[in-house]
Amino acid sequence: MKSKNSGQREKGTKLLSVRNLHVEGFSDERWHPIVRGVDLSLKRGEVLGLIGESGAGKSTIGLAAMGYAKPGCRITQGSILFDGIDLLAMAETARRRLRGSRIAYVAQSAAASFNPAHRLLDQTVETVVAHGIASREAANRDAMKLYRRLHLPDPDTIGFRYPHQVSGGQLQRAMTAMAMACRPDLIVFDEPTTALDVTTQVEVLASIRKIVEEFNTAAIYVTHDLAVVAQMANRIMVLRHGRTVEEAETRQMLAAPAEDYTRTLWAVRKLAKPEVPAADHLLTIDNITAAYAGKVKVLQDVSIKVPRGRTVAVVGESGSGKSTLARVITGLLPPVSGSISFAGHRLPRTLKERPKDILRRIQMIYQMPDNALNPRQTVEEVISRPLEFYLGLKGAACDRRVGELMHMIEMDENFLDRLPGELSGGQKQRICIARALAANPELIICDEVTSALDQIVQEEILKLLMRLQQEFGVSYIFITHDIATVRAIADEVVVMHQGKVVEQGLKTEILTPPHAPYTELLLSSVPEMDPDWLTKLLETRERKRVGAAN
Amino acid sequence: MTSTEHVVAVSRQRRTRASRVKTALKKAPFSAWFGIVVILGYVFVALLAPWIAPYGETQVFTEAFAPWSQEFIVGTDQLGRDVLTRLIYGARNTIGIAFATTLLSFAVGVTLGLLAAMYRGWLDQILSRAVDVLMSIPSLIFALMLLSIFGSSVTSLILIIALLDSTRVFRLARAVGLNVAVMEYVEAAQLRGEGPRWILTKEILPNVLPPLIAEFGLRFCFVFLTIAALSFLGVGIQPPTADWGSMVRENATLITYGDITPLLPAGAIALLTVSVNFVVDWFLHATSGLRDEK
Amino acid sequence: MNPVVRTVLQRLGLGLITLFIVTIIIFSAIAMLPGDFAKAMLGQSATPETVAAFQREIGIDRPPVERYFAWVGQIVQGDFGSSFASRTGYRRTVAEIIAPRLYNTMFLAVMTALIAVPLALGLGILAALYRNSWFDRVVNTVTLTTISFPEFFVAYMLAYLIISRDTFIGTEFAQSLPEWLAASINWVLNLVPKFPTLANISDQTPFWEHVWRAALPSITLTLVIVAHMMRMTRTAIINMLASPYIDMARLKGMSPMTIVLRHALPNAWAPIVTVIAFNLAYLIVGVVVVEVVFVYPGIGQLMVDAVKSRDVPVVQACALIFAATYILLNLTADIISIATNPRLLHPR
Repeated sequence: MKSKNSGQREKGTKLLSVRNLHVEGFSDERWHPIVRGVDLSLKRGEVLGLIGESGAGKSTIGLAAMGYAKPGCRITQGSILFDGIDLLAMAETARRRLRGSRIAYVAQSAAASFNPAHRLLDQTVETVVAHGIASREAANRDAMKLYRRLHLPDPDTIGFRYPHQVSGGQLQRAMTAMAMACRPDLIVFDEPTTALDVTTQVEVLASIRKIVEEFNTAAIYVTHDLAVVAQMANRIMVLRHGRTVEEAETRQMLAAPAEDYTRTLWAVRKLAKPEVPAADHLLTIDNITAAYAGKVKVLQDVSIKVPRGRTVAVVGESGSGKSTLARVITGLLPPVSGSISFAGHRLPRTLKERPKDILRRIQMIYQMPDNALNPRQTVEEVISRPLEFYLGLKGAACDRRVGELMHMIEMDENFLDRLPGELSGGQKQRICIARALAANPELIICDEVTSALDQIVQEEILKLLMRLQQEFGVSYIFITHDIATVRAIADEVVVMHQGKVVEQGLKTEILTPPHAPYTELLLSSVPEMDPDWLTKLLETRERKRVGAAN
Repeated sequence: MTSTEHVVAVSRQRRTRASRVKTALKKAPFSAWFGIVVILGYVFVALLAPWIAPYGETQVFTEAFAPWSQEFIVGTDQLGRDVLTRLIYGARNTIGIAFATTLLSFAVGVTLGLLAAMYRGWLDQILSRAVDVLMSIPSLIFALMLLSIFGSSVTSLILIIALLDSTRVFRLARAVGLNVAVMEYVEAAQLRGEGPRWILTKEILPNVLPPLIAEFGLRFCFVFLTIAALSFLGVGIQPPTADWGSMVRENATLITYGDITPLLPAGAIALLTVSVNFVVDWFLHATSGLRDEK
Repeated sequence: MNPVVRTVLQRLGLGLITLFIVTIIIFSAIAMLPGDFAKAMLGQSATPETVAAFQREIGIDRPPVERYFAWVGQIVQGDFGSSFASRTGYRRTVAEIIAPRLYNTMFLAVMTALIAVPLALGLGILAALYRNSWFDRVVNTVTLTTISFPEFFVAYMLAYLIISRDTFIGTEFAQSLPEWLAASINWVLNLVPKFPTLANISDQTPFWEHVWRAALPSITLTLVIVAHMMRMTRTAIINMLASPYIDMARLKGMSPMTIVLRHALPNAWAPIVTVIAFNLAYLIVGVVVVEVVFVYPGIGQLMVDAVKSRDVPVVQACALIFAATYILLNLTADIISIATNPRLLHPR
């Protein structure tokens, strides 16, 4: 405990104290350390944010705070004191009684974590009834009150629905109600909004924060999203490779991070490129309407212009049709109507009709480099195939070009013999970029290429893409749901919603007010690093709602 | 300079792969080792049958059901043929026919299954529905019916069992093929403009190989047991060809006198299938382990 | 319409279509008979007249479509035609040959299922709950071994065991052992009930006598299918226990019993029922071999004899009964899976 934070700790007495926690996970026939000696403490009513990249051990610590290790994991060392009780020393039955009654958990994927066979209400009150805290009737009535407080629609009847009958955002709030049902002293939130769209996320964050404050519940909030944790936590702990990097009160941490690693996490958010207007257009999409076989239209009357040598960011939430747009451009999904022209020529509708040279000039990079690389092909095979296929390069000429491409993506030639399974996520994405570049394309469609990567790696990939654009004048269509990415890379922005284009224009035009109503909603919902952002946003929205009502 | 680095890197890679196999073998449990040794033994006997066997396959001696002795180590059968000789030739015949059948069944099933997974659409629909219907009749029953029509020759036996078994191979190949065919690297190859041959052999096949190899072992066991059962029932491999299934039936009466001779061919069948199953079990475990490792 | 009802009706319709196609395939068996089949059946002494009469009897002179519908029409009324073996002397219908044997086979199958299904489910669930324990490992190795055994191997092993009760002490092997060891082995062997190794059953056999005589075939079949069913149950339960909602239940502090009964089981019906149906279908096949080994007068043995004598109408009838049972079992499994699926029971 650092003395500089003590001023903020007056909220309550000490609730949780974890000392020298070590957790190991079993894989590849042996035990590997996941958490290596972490200390943390929490007072009543306090919210601690655990933040870090993938593999930092943040979820594992969250679960360990409940005295629980996932199947295949074990707590090897350390002590966990909850309200003076040693969780690791007590009997399993006693620990079980504690879980659900005094410590509760909210999982990342509510859709998978609710049992599909039971009604929401029955699952919400299960612990209350099982631990004999209240009668079923009283518990049901209380659950409905909780649903109302969490702003669930139809709070008196929604409990009688089954999990598959309600939306993801509602499920996440129902899960919070389930955790609250016993009025626990501590709730562990494990990335509760990661799977949600930003506009939904705002509502869930607001509900969670309100109810945690109302009941003065202590919470551990696990997330990889700095802006989110800034809204939720009183105190933030930064983790890396299972160790604590630093820990501080939220405002202080945001204002003046002490460690280099923390600063690199912060810096990523500030990447921004000045836009450059385009001289002419490479790709013109005219009134495209598209639908999957026998289903409703996914794209309606979409028209977009892609400038040569520039980046168009296509922004939208899930269901906006942005990925379908990529499938139409590449010819995987022939449009129902409308046309696309590429470099002055009309593009054939289907993939089969397109000549090889057209295919070469439009390349694609995917969201998940794991899925986009054949796990049985070496890096060399992956990169050299387009060279051989499109350009007819063989032997020494091909080897030389592969070497150049590796140089361009800033990777060592030693990697050429590796299989994708032996590379990190960022390295894999670089190989995908090299594969696209090998074709000497004029247009690269980037479908959420950074969203599966950790923040720091995202920044490196974005910088690489920008540098390659400057060097080779290639155009990007950058499909993303992340506004920070748009700021970082776009010249022009297209906002999509439910299969339609809402707005299109230069980045500054779109990102500065006045906005179209949907763009306004989308932009205002993106969490900012300001700890007061959520409070201000809710106030603004409330004012508008009242204003509209009057 | 670059090329030497390259060579060094390649050899390092090769060594890691070889060593990976070696460590996997080293970690293999006793059951897997047992299986491997037994299978090698069977293959050895099957290949060298004419040189190992003490007598000719159909050579008849005067005494039927002779007891175990120096001359006939495990006695003679109902016609006075040496049982040990018949067991050795049986390895060659029974395993050979089962292996040929499994190969044929795989050639048909894997090809059609992967094509169905790749093209989907009407081809997949037709093949899948046809397989549904074929699989709605238990395969031994179907085989019995077809054999009653076409008669029990080795050719019709192989063709009928291979056809019936290929339906199961088809299902598996299609399922694993579909899992791979929806991967983005396959889509990337399509976008590149690659033809179906490249996509099938370079993108899909290498990734479905481990489950298919495991399945080959299991299907072999199944085919082997089916043929043995048919032969035991007297409608499979026909006399005078030496075959384990028929040998059990021919000598079955000895059991009632407490003589274990008929259990020998039955045990030979059991030992081989047990061994294959042990190896497959370990192989599945080892390959899934490699995948987890990433 | 309620989606459950709709899906069930769809599955029933699909089942009927499958059955229809199966009848066409089985019917084609006659149409596919080689041209010289009549001669082969009747032997070298057959005159052209008898051959023609035989062909008329099996109906080769009429168009196939007409014959098919006539055949199906008869089957619906329970008439499977007459056996080829009946042409000399009096006419024996397939139905009268099959009826008593079908009863015997059903008897054996039901008896086996009653033992095997609870045993396999119990063992499978235990192995899943205590996975990677010594219990799981032993059960895993034992079942992997028995799965690999041909049915007749298991059958003869059991038969040999029972015969050894009486013969063991007289064998050279027993005499070569120390006396106390031979005696104790003999004592253990004599603990095995003296099940009949040949199942002589007639329609006069009383019920419990029937059970007693069918014991050995039933135990053989049980050993064979329990291994399969248990392994599949174990896998199904383990997959189920890996779901996030089971983790959630653990984190809610539910007891292991509550987790299995309240959280896993309601979602486990579909996989478990599928496993049961798959293995009961496997039982059908096992029945054929086991009936032959123990000379149990059931439909499987009948079918094998008919295949050997190429008595096609009997083969067809048996194949149809087996196929229809198989289709029915799978259909039942499907319907139970559909009827326990919360997504279908409670549509949006």
